[in-house]
Amino acid sequence: MSDKPKFAMYWAASCGGCEIAVLNIHEKILDVDANFDVVFWPVAMDAKYKDVEAMDDGSILLTLFNGGIRNDENEKMAKLMRRKSKILVSFGSCACEGCIPGLANFSNVDEIIDTAFHTLTTDNGSEFKLQTHYSVPEGEIHIPTLLPRLKTLDQVVKVDYYMPGCPPESHQIAAVIDLVIQVLQGKATLPPPGATIGVGNSTVCDECKRARNEKKIKYFTRIQLTHPDPALCLLEQGIPCNGPATRSGCGALCPAAGAQCIGCYGPAEGVMDYGSRLISSFASVIDGNTPQEIEKVIDGIPDPAGQFYRFSLAGSLLRGSKTVKSN
Amino acid sequence: MSDELNLENAEERIGVYVCHCGTNIAGIVDVPEVREWAEKRLKNRGVVLARDYKFMCSSLGQELIEKDIKEHQLTRVVVAACSPHLHENTFRTACKRAELNPYLCELVSIREQVSWVHTDKQAATDKAKAVLSGGVERVRHHQPLEPLRVPIHPATLVVGGGITGIQAALEIADAGRRVYLVEREPSIGGHMSQFDKTFPTLDCSACILTPKMVSAGMHPNITLMTWSEVTNVSGYVGNFVVTIKQKARCVKTDLCTGCGICQEKCPKKVIDEVYEAGLGYRKAVYTPFPQAVPKFPVIDIPNCTYFQKGTCKACEKFCPTNAIDFNQKDEEITVEVGNIVLATGFDLFDPRRIPHYGYGRLANVFTNLEFERLTNAAGPTNGNIVLRDGKTTPKVVGIIHCVGSRDRNYNNYCSAICCMQSLKFAHIVKERTGATVYNFYIDMRTAAKAYDEFYQRVLEEGTLFVRGRVAEVTDAARLPGEEGKLIIQVEDTLVGKQRRIPVDMVVLSAGLQSRHDSKEVAKLFGISCSADAWFIEKHPKLDPVSTMTDGVFIAGCCTGPKDIPNSVSQGSAAAARVLTYIDRGEITLEPVRASINETQCSGCRICNNLCPFNAILFHADRMVSEVNAALCQGCGTCVAACPAGAISGTGFSNEQIMSQIEGLLLLNLNGARTQEKEMAFA
Amino acid sequence: MTDQFEPVIIGFTCNWCSYRAADLAGTARVKYAPNVRLIRMMCSGRLDPTFVMKAISGGADGVLITGCHPGECHYIEQNYKALRRFILLKRTLTQMGIEPGRIKLVWASAAEGVRLATEITKMVEEVRALGPLNWDHHNGHQPLAISHQPEEVAA
Repeated sequence: MSDKPKFAMYWAASCGGCEIAVLNIHEKILDVDANFDVVFWPVAMDAKYKDVEAMDDGSILLTLFNGGIRNDENEKMAKLMRRKSKILVSFGSCACEGCIPGLANFSNVDEIIDTAFHTLTTDNGSEFKLQTHYSVPEGEIHIPTLLPRLKTLDQVVKVDYYMPGCPPESHQIAAVIDLVIQVLQGKATLPPPGATIGVGNSTVCDECKRARNEKKIKYFTRIQLTHPDPALCLLEQGIPCNGPATRSGCGALCPAAGAQCIGCYGPAEGVMDYGSRLISSFASVIDGNTPQEIEKVIDGIPDPAGQFYRFSLAGSLLRGSKTVKSN
Repeated sequence: MSDELNLENAEERIGVYVCHCGTNIAGIVDVPEVREWAEKRLKNRGVVLARDYKFMCSSLGQELIEKDIKEHQLTRVVVAACSPHLHENTFRTACKRAELNPYLCELVSIREQVSWVHTDKQAATDKAKAVLSGGVERVRHHQPLEPLRVPIHPATLVVGGGITGIQAALEIADAGRRVYLVEREPSIGGHMSQFDKTFPTLDCSACILTPKMVSAGMHPNITLMTWSEVTNVSGYVGNFVVTIKQKARCVKTDLCTGCGICQEKCPKKVIDEVYEAGLGYRKAVYTPFPQAVPKFPVIDIPNCTYFQKGTCKACEKFCPTNAIDFNQKDEEITVEVGNIVLATGFDLFDPRRIPHYGYGRLANVFTNLEFERLTNAAGPTNGNIVLRDGKTTPKVVGIIHCVGSRDRNYNNYCSAICCMQSLKFAHIVKERTGATVYNFYIDMRTAAKAYDEFYQRVLEEGTLFVRGRVAEVTDAARLPGEEGKLIIQVEDTLVGKQRRIPVDMVVLSAGLQSRHDSKEVAKLFGISCSADAWFIEKHPKLDPVSTMTDGVFIAGCCTGPKDIPNSVSQGSAAAARVLTYIDRGEITLEPVRASINETQCSGCRICNNLCPFNAILFHADRMVSEVNAALCQGCGTCVAACPAGAISGTGFSNEQIMSQIEGLLLLNLNGARTQEKEMAFA
Repeated sequence: MTDQFEPVIIGFTCNWCSYRAADLAGTARVKYAPNVRLIRMMCSGRLDPTFVMKAISGGADGVLITGCHPGECHYIEQNYKALRRFILLKRTLTQMGIEPGRIKLVWASAAEGVRLATEITKMVEEVRALGPLNWDHHNGHQPLAISHQPEEVAA
C-alpha cells in the first residue's frame, strides 16, 4: 500500500473531454503518477464503486469531479466522493455550471424522455414507458433515474475549489497540479476554500489581442455572414462575443482563431449570474433609443437564452425554464 | 444552518425603529406588531433591539436613536417611517451626533408607500414587515462612507456676454473674485444691444445696458475675452481646465484707441446679418455698434479685400497708431476655474419655415428683430418706421404673435416675451406714425409686474386686437381695397368670422429658440439639453440655475425663453451660487459613486461611452478603464453594465440591492439560505 | 384571509422620478394594490438583469421596472440603457417560459403619482390572472406570505 497522497477523478454527466484535457498535459502525467496514488479514475483504470465505499472518509486527498448531476447515480457518486475526499474540485464547466448537459433544463424530464424515445426511426408504440428496474435470471438491473433538472456539483455537495472550462485548458491543469505538488512539499499554500483556480484574474478581453474602441452596436450578425477584421474586437463588428463576461485563463483561443468566445470558462470573479452580465452589457451598448430601433438590433440574436446561458444555465439564478418541474 | 447565520450576524448590531407618525402610519399599519415581529423574527439577522415611537423625526425620537447607539453599541440603524426624501438626512445626522457613520443608517418608507396608499390593514401590516425586512438586510451591507471633499478654484468662467452674462460677471467680480467673460461676437451686449425700447417701462435698451457693459469692460476683476469661443473643458467642479480660442482680431489691442478711422476708410461694405439683422451694412473691419465693449474692431477675414485678393490695406494706411496687424493669428488660452456659468442666450425662430407668412418672399414682412433695428434711433433707418423701400411710412401695420411658438408644427412652447414685445411694437408704431395697428394674438400673456397695465394702456391707445392664429399673409388681392397691400387672412374667433385685413407692413413676433449649436455646447460642458435643446436645470422649480453637473450653472434664455428681469435674476442667482462655493473653499460631494477594480477590469471598454458625465476614462497603456470619482454622479449605469462585474457602486451596491430583494421576499427568515454560490462582497 | 391568490411583485424605482411618483401617490392618498414592494435605486440605469433574476428565483410573481420618461432622465440618457436591457431581458425570460405580463416597464415622472398607482393596480391584476410563478420551487425557498410563516424560526 503506497503512502503517496491519493488522487481520484470521476465523470458524471459529461463528454469525456475533461479526462482528455487532463491526459493532454502529456509527460506531466508522470508527475501525477510520481506524486499521487491514483485510486479511482474510471477512464484510466479499473476500480469499482465498492472500492471507493470501502475507503476511509477523507482519505482521498484530491478528487477532480467533472460532469453535471443528471441522475441519481451521479448524485450518489457526488456525495460519496465528497465524503471520501479531503479536497473536492468541481472540475470543468459541467460540474461548475452545468455546461451543455445543463441545457436540458429548458425541458422537463418527461419531454426529454419523450423526445429521446419517440423519433422518426423508433417504433415504441403508444404505451411505451421507461422502466428503471428489470428482472433477469441473474438479478435486478437498475437504470439510474433522471433527476427533474441537471444540477451543478455545488448544488448537491460542498465544493472546495472550482476549475471552469470546457474543458479546462491543459496548461491550466498542469499549473494546478504543480501548485498542489508544491503544497504537498510545503513550498506553497492552497488558495482560500471556495476559490476558482486555473484561471486568470479578469475576463477573456484581458488576454485577447484584438484592438478595442468605444462600443456602439448597430446590428448583430454571425461570423459566416461577414468578413470580420481579424485585428478588431469582434463585438464591435456585431459578432456577439461573450469574452467580456467570461473568466480569463484560456488565452482567448477562440477570438485568436477568428471565432467569438462562447463563454465556456464561466463568469468573472464574484458574478452571480453569468447570462445577466451579457444581457446587461450587450444591451447597454446597442445603438438605439426607441423600442423599434432596439428590437431591430436584438433581432440579430435569435436565441438569447442560448447565447447567454449556453454553458451556465444550470448554475444560473433561474437554473432552467419554467417547464422544469420541482421534485 | 442557522448557527452559521448567527455567527455571520454576530458583527452587526442593528437597531430598528418603527414610527407611528401619529395616526398617519399607526392608523393602518399595526406598528406594535411590526416592532414585535422585527424583534423576534429578525433577531438572527442582527436586530438587537426594536422600538416604536410616535414621531421618530422629533427631537425625542432622534434622541432615542442616539441614546441606543451609545448604550447598546449599535452598528446599524433602520428606521421605518416616512419617505427618505423627507428625513433621510435627519436620521443620518442623528447617527452622526452619536458618532455612528451617517451612511450606516437606512430609512424605509412605510407611510407614503404603505399606510397612505393601502386600505387593508392586514395587508398593509404584512407589507410593512416585508419592507422593514428588506431594509434590515440592506443595511447590513452599508459601508461607512465619507463624503468627497474637493477644493474650489476661486476664478469663474462666464460664457456669453449678453445681459445675463454681464450681470453674473459683475456680481462675482464685485465680490472680489476673478471672472473670465467669454463672448463669441466682437462686443458684449448680446440681443439686448439690438433692441430699441424695453417693455414695460419703455426704457431705451442701450441706455440701461451700456453702463453695465462699460463696468464689465473696465472691471479690474473681469478678463474680457470677446471674439472668442471655448473649445475644450476638462476637469470637474472646483477644478476645471478650459481652453479658449481667441480669434484673430487683426488689431493690436494695446495700440488701438477705438478712433474708428479704419471703419470709415474701409471700402468694403458687408450686409450685417448679425447686429443689423440683415437690414444694414457694416464694413469688413468693424465694431458691431458704436458703444461696443471692447472698442477694438475686428477684421472680417472672409470679406476683407486684403485677405481675399491681397490688395487694399486702407485700414492699415490710415490707422494713426499702427494698430492693424494682418499677421495676427488665433490664440489658444488655457485657464483654470472653479465654476462655470453658461449664459449663451437664444436664437430667433426663422419665419421662413412658415412659408404662408411670406417672410423672405414678401418684401414688407419683417421679423421682430428687424423691427427692433428699424425703430432703433441708431439703426439703419435712424429710427424711422418705413417699408423696405426705405421711404414709405406704413399706414396700417399688422403684428402677428406666436410665430413659430405654441405650434406643434414648429415649437410647442410659448416664447414668453412675444406678447409684451408685440404690444411694445404696437405702442411705438402708434406713437411714431399714427398708423392703424392690428395685433393678432391667441392669448395675451402679460403676467409680470406692470405688464398687464401696459396692455391696458395699449388698448386705450386704440390698437385693434384680433384673437386668432393668422392663417396666411399674402399679396394676392381678391377683394376691392386689397390691391398693392399685404392681406392678413385670419379667423377672428371672438366674432366667429374669417377676416381679410389689408395692411402695409407685417411684423412677425418670431419665437425664441435655443442656439443652433446648443447640443454641441451642452456636450462640451457636460450638461444636458431638453428635447427643444434648452439647457436643463437641476430642478425646474427649486433649482433653476444649477445643472446636474456640479460646478456648471445656467442662466438666462439659454435655459428657456424669458424676459430681461428674469434673465438678470438668474444671472444674479448663478453668481450667488458660485460665490457660495468659492467662499466655502471646498465642496463636499455625496459619496454615491462607482469605482472600477483595476485587476478585474479587462479593458473591454463597454463602459466607456455609457457615462453622460464623461467620468469614465480609458488608460490605453494599462488597458483598463477608470472612474473619476469627482465627475461621477452615482447613477450606477456602468455598475450594472460591466460584463466582468468589475465596477462596484457605493450607496447602491449589488450586495445592498440583492439583500434588499431577499429581505423583501422574506428569504432571510427560517434560516433558509439558498444553495446558490455565496455573493461576492466587492 | 381570502383564498384569492395575492401576487408578490418586486418593483424597482428611480430616486428622481418614479420613486417620487410613488411618494406623490402617497401624499395624495391615492389607493392602490398592496402587492408591490418597491426598491429605490438612483437611476433606472442601475437596473441589473441579475436583480430581476434574483427576484424571480426568490419567489416573486412579477417584476415592475420604472424610471423617468425617455428624454427626462435625471442623469440625461441612462433610462435608454434601462430600456435596451429590459427588451433583451424580456426576450430571454420569455424563452425561459416566463409570461411577458410578469415583467413590466413603466415610465413615470415625479408628477405622475396617480398614473403610477393605476399602473401598479393594473399589473397586480394581470399577474393575479397568470397565477403564482413559484420559481422558488426550483431552489428550495420557503413561500412568501408572512401570515403563513411557521411560528417557530427554524433552529
